[in-house]
Amino acid sequence: MENQLFNYIIQHADNCLILSHRLSEWCGHGPVLEQDIAMTNISLDLLGQARMLYDYAAKVQGEGKTEDDLAYLRDAWDFKNVQLVEMPNGDFGQTIMRQFLFDTFNVTFYRELMEVSNDAELIAIADKSLKEAQYHLKWSSEWMLRLGQGTEESHTRLQNAANLLMPYANEVVIPSEADKVAAETGYGVDLNNVKAERDQLIKEVITECELDASLDGFSHTGGKTGTHTEHLGYVLAEMQFLQRAYPGLEW
Amino acid sequence: MKKWPLWEVFVRSKAGINHKHVGSLRAADAEMALNNARDVYTRRNEGVSIWVVESKDIVASDPDIADSFYEPAASKVYRHPTFYDLPDEVKHM
Repeated sequence: MENQLFNYIIQHADNCLILSHRLSEWCGHGPVLEQDIAMTNISLDLLGQARMLYDYAAKVQGEGKTEDDLAYLRDAWDFKNVQLVEMPNGDFGQTIMRQFLFDTFNVTFYRELMEVSNDAELIAIADKSLKEAQYHLKWSSEWMLRLGQGTEESHTRLQNAANLLMPYANEVVIPSEADKVAAETGYGVDLNNVKAERDQLIKEVITECELDASLDGFSHTGGKTGTHTEHLGYVLAEMQFLQRAYPGLEW
Repeated sequence: MKKWPLWEVFVRSKAGINHKHVGSLRAADAEMALNNARDVYTRRNEGVSIWVVESKDIVASDPDIADSFYEPAASKVYRHPTFYDLPDEVKHM
């Protein structure tokens, strides 16, 4: 029988890890020093959230594995992150749009989890992570507005990012089997509640940015069951190289 | 982004302590300056409060008139309260 609690934790752990890795790719390449640091800070926050979740997932799994095993020794089809977070950085506008679409979920998800979960460990993780996620959302929302209301160039780039990423926005709030079991059993959230609150946050900013973007269109799915875009393989190849080439290497 | 103005950052390390100048950064607006200051200057737990002010809004004394500005104070030892005998019980003076 599938361990749905494990799957549930892994879904979000993988979201955090893969987005963290994407943001880390900006390190040394940010448009200005201050934003370079901002993005790597967020990257490290997300890595911290991923670590707590992997640590708990490994315990729940009960096979004696560690957080490192889960991060470095699983292949693409074992990863259960949504496809949004594996999308490439693109230009700064694309990174901001992707971050904003994730942050709106991350905040509402943790908030709801703290309120309804009957799992003490998940509540503790949500409590610690929510404060970080709220700052991330503040950061990405403000950048959405700056780019959306900035110059014609910045608005065009943000619109291009919306065209590319909006079809990936909803996967995170479409329940997987693990999500359904989690909500029924009581350790997880009802994604409909999260979606309602999240959509509101997104719509406000989209409107203020005067973007032509809708949450009602076609939605890609599959990430939560291990079907990914071509991009994830490249992320893992880079991220996992050392442990794959030199198994058990420590430094 | 070369046109982004320069901001000076002041951080209070804990409640009750003064804000102290810690450095400067570039940002397009006040809100971004605060965020940047938070990310650049308080990531290792350095502070509980941040002030930012545009560098152009700071009025500084002119180094060329330092002689007339500061020299006169140098010879006024009587302005320092060092001539009082303090009882041992008095601390923090």
